[in-house]
Amino acid sequence: MPEITRDEVAHLATLARIDLSDAELDHLAPQLSVILESVASITGVAGDDVPPTSHAIPLTNVFRDDVVTPSLTAEQALAMAPASEQQRFLVPRILGDEQ
Amino acid sequence: MAADLASGATTSVALTRAHLDRISAVDGAVHALLHVDAEGALAQAAASDARRAAGSPASGLDGVPIAVKDVLATEGLPTTCGSKILEGWVPPYDATVAARLRAAGLPILGKTNMDEFAMGSSTEHSAYGPTHNPWDLDRIPGGSGGGSAAAVAAFEAPLAIGTDTGGSIRQPGAVTGTVGVKPTYGGVSRYGLVAMANSLDQAGPVTRTVLDSALLHEVIGGYDPMDSTSIDEPLGALADAARQGAAGDMTGVRIGVITELGGEGYQAGVQQRFDEAVALLVKAGAEVVEVSCPSFVHALAAYYLIMPSEASSNLARFDAMRYGLRVVPDGDPSAEDVMRASRDAGFGDEVKRRIILGTYALSSGYYDAYYGQAQKVRTLISRDFEAAFAQADVLVSPTAPTTAFKIGAKLDDPVAMYLNDVATIPANLAGIPGLSLPAGLAPEDGLPVGFQVLAPALADDRLYRVGAALEALLENEWGGALLDRAPALEEATA
Amino acid sequence: MTDLMSYDDAMAAFDPAMGLEVHVELNTATKMFCGCPTEFGAEPNTQTCPTCLGLPGSLPVVNGKAIESAMRIGLALNCEIAEWCRFARKNYFYPDMPKNFQTSQYDEPIAFDGYLDVEVDGEIFRVDIERAHMEEDTGKSLHVGGSTGRIQGADYSLVDYNRAGIPLIEIVTRPIMGAGEKAPAVAKAYVATLRDLLLGLDVSDVRMEQGSMRCDVNLSLSPKGAGTLGTRTETKNVNSLRSVERAARYEVSRQAALLAAGGSILQETRHWHEDTGVTTAGREKSDADDYRYFPEPDLVPVAPSREWVAELKAGLPEPLRDKRARLQGDWGFTDLEMRDVVASDAVGLIEETIAAGSSPQAARKWWVAELTRRANEDGVELTELPITPEQVARIQALVDEGAINDKLARQVFDGVLAGEGEPDAVVAARGLAVVSDDGALGEAIDRAIAANPDVADKIREGKVAAAGALIGAVMKDMRGQADAGRVRELVLEKLS
Ligand SMILES: [Mg+2]
Ligand SMILES: [Zn+2]
Repeated sequence: MPEITRDEVAHLATLARIDLSDAELDHLAPQLSVILESVASITGVAGDDVPPTSHAIPLTNVFRDDVVTPSLTAEQALAMAPASEQQRFLVPRILGDEQ
Repeated sequence: MAADLASGATTSVALTRAHLDRISAVDGAVHALLHVDAEGALAQAAASDARRAAGSPASGLDGVPIAVKDVLATEGLPTTCGSKILEGWVPPYDATVAARLRAAGLPILGKTNMDEFAMGSSTEHSAYGPTHNPWDLDRIPGGSGGGSAAAVAAFEAPLAIGTDTGGSIRQPGAVTGTVGVKPTYGGVSRYGLVAMANSLDQAGPVTRTVLDSALLHEVIGGYDPMDSTSIDEPLGALADAARQGAAGDMTGVRIGVITELGGEGYQAGVQQRFDEAVALLVKAGAEVVEVSCPSFVHALAAYYLIMPSEASSNLARFDAMRYGLRVVPDGDPSAEDVMRASRDAGFGDEVKRRIILGTYALSSGYYDAYYGQAQKVRTLISRDFEAAFAQADVLVSPTAPTTAFKIGAKLDDPVAMYLNDVATIPANLAGIPGLSLPAGLAPEDGLPVGFQVLAPALADDRLYRVGAALEALLENEWGGALLDRAPALEEATA
Repeated sequence: MTDLMSYDDAMAAFDPAMGLEVHVELNTATKMFCGCPTEFGAEPNTQTCPTCLGLPGSLPVVNGKAIESAMRIGLALNCEIAEWCRFARKNYFYPDMPKNFQTSQYDEPIAFDGYLDVEVDGEIFRVDIERAHMEEDTGKSLHVGGSTGRIQGADYSLVDYNRAGIPLIEIVTRPIMGAGEKAPAVAKAYVATLRDLLLGLDVSDVRMEQGSMRCDVNLSLSPKGAGTLGTRTETKNVNSLRSVERAARYEVSRQAALLAAGGSILQETRHWHEDTGVTTAGREKSDADDYRYFPEPDLVPVAPSREWVAELKAGLPEPLRDKRARLQGDWGFTDLEMRDVVASDAVGLIEETIAAGSSPQAARKWWVAELTRRANEDGVELTELPITPEQVARIQALVDEGAINDKLARQVFDGVLAGEGEPDAVVAARGLAVVSDDGALGEAIDRAIAANPDVADKIREGKVAAAGALIGAVMKDMRGQADAGRVRELVLEKLS
């Protein structure tokens, strides 16, 4: 039976970048366990012979021509930014490596 | 209304102003709208009147005002998705649906309330407070599009746009006595629809009559190159199908009643009104068959894995870097710290629950057992539908298992809340179209009951034909529209 | 200080295995999933739209040209082209990635199972290609504050999303085994050959210095002859051809020293520092790297018809090795000369120089002998030297016209490389023209005769061969700018 521990929830919250409080973790872990239990019935329902469906309506090869369309102005792009400087989005210092 | 505009009996400005007045009068009690754009709507109405005076209306619905669910991007109008994290966000672009409404001349009255990021079945999960059901203000209007349904039911807007990922157009329609349609997946562009679950989301009409839905569907639907999943095929003659159906003749139409969507777990009065409606269709000449869709028992589980998985990824962009709420914790916070704090403060409980659940279902080691299995169940459900549609032209069921429940009743029991969507979810998983229309009031509580019609992909016209027929038959029984029996809200507000 | 083992000692004890991941920006007019332009160097945030900014509600639509380019690259690398494949979302948070997932391909690449033959010292090495897949680039950050302008120690960063969404093809090799001590040279030759192949396909600008081609070098060592794969490091930021070889050699020496001392290799990302020539530790690989891949629901599968694939295959340019053989014949180079040309990475430059009017031998002489030496001295790629094939051709034309000689030509190269302008301008500004003016030459000859009376006497006696000494003295006097032929004539005239 799937059981999701408080530590697992904390790890998932880190992956999802949500700063959950202790109280939230205490609250969420049992709730998620109940939800998981209710969906657990799904394991084993369909075997290897059943192909997965990622798109309900089967379409393929939808492409766009390589033709430039108007971009936003920098002003429009930055209008909703929490902070900007030098026509760029200002973000707090970035941890970790250069990508 | 469109007829009155065409005949000159009224003007768009008059209509728009009347609805804005109605909003002022009752929305304090209903709280269907998050943002009202009186000035913009009146300007669009005036432009519409000018077009009509010049003899060149932009569409059959030119001048009829509309309310739009706050999950669709509207250029220059706030778009919050019912979330604190998007408070004050004004998109620099229009969703294709919004652009088509504007192009067809429908003044946009404002944006309707919803469960945060469309996650819910009751509109209680809006960060801006719940919407109240016009039939009983202590009850929920369904969700996530409770605002759109309530606005139409409360006569605050003649038409509205909703979105339906697991039933968010149809279930609110059912519990508010309105008509709601989820079109075939790919039939209405998703460009500008803030995604909850991309492979399931679909925008559609919320109206008082089946014909109105068909007319609105024709305005917003059809191919859009901005949406890769948009189907490049004609929509079909939807309004014509509705007009044809309204004659009430169902001879030769095969109607399949889905065994798995009824009986146990369904409120007695809901089941009763549903059975009566089926009987009316039979009387009108329809042939009724029982069809079984055995995989539907797994639909809810598949949905509650696919939807949060996709949502967890979609909602990652709300990170306080480019737009939206930025919470800066004390000290010398890094970008990562700001993301974590902002997302904690900006998302509500239900959103966090689903993000965590989706993160779990997609993580390595669990993917095959959960997301992978859920995708396979989609295949099984599509096969069930295929077999059922071999026996019937349309399939029918109650839209929701119960009438509207009391606000707060299921807030702490997510699994019970999720059960509201049990009858609507299979259509989303298979991408097929579905319609809900009022089937009367449940005898035990006097609240509206919804009747769901499902059709094969791209056969949306069948929904309108059968829906309009049943609507005509029922109204004939009732001697008028169901909404005419809704309580007068002015008294409740006063 | 990091312990290093000498490269030769390391190679005596270990076998290297290398893998290369090369990211190439395509030169399409628009981005991978939206119609924004891709031009390099635009004002910040002027080439963005709701889609490439990841605004709520926006949707991607695949650029058909990018799909075509990806397939042509795959075909040129002798890959299979998928009959059906999808895009996937690679989920991780980073401020320069607008959606906090990268739309990429995961287990269904568009091209797979290919190879590229590369030549090192006349020997052919076959590099197996595992896959070539499509993805999108991220935005670019400017780090403000701190002393270095680097990410570490910065106070905050400024992000420009113009680059976000530019189509990338990631080409991944299988581990290159059995190259032994030549492994770093094979790696460099692979990247150079790949660059030439992409240039020939006209699918990318492949400017490593502008970041339109970026390379990660994976390297591991195993005990000599063991035939196993050791723990590998992934060195990022290797952004020039020279660096590919240098970084690989550095990692060999570093890992060998660690292993020889009984240590073990950490599976980690490392960063190459062009300036200091070392790699430093980056992020350790951990289970936090859970990218939660799943098929991109906003895009439909790509299923190229076999007819389309065949058509693209038929339209591929001449294979690189065939082209080289043809050019060698056309130019009349010996095998050895051609090998030097390839080793100097000068094939394309020579081709262009000849196109600008130079003879093949002259073009080869300047690029391979003269300019390669200068590039090495400056620590840059030959292609990065600030001189164009047209300029080289013009300098040779000046020699052919007799306006300058080879010795002066070297001074013209100095001037052009120092940014003094076009060859003719350098000649004029530096006053480098060959002097054949009889007056000036006559004075110098008189000085030479006065300084070497015995030599002059010998010539007067009819020993014409002695003239060479006087000519040499005149040339020295004129600092090489004299027309040697005219000097000889004048000397003989004066002393007959
Ligand atoms: Mg990659
Ligand atoms: Zn763009």
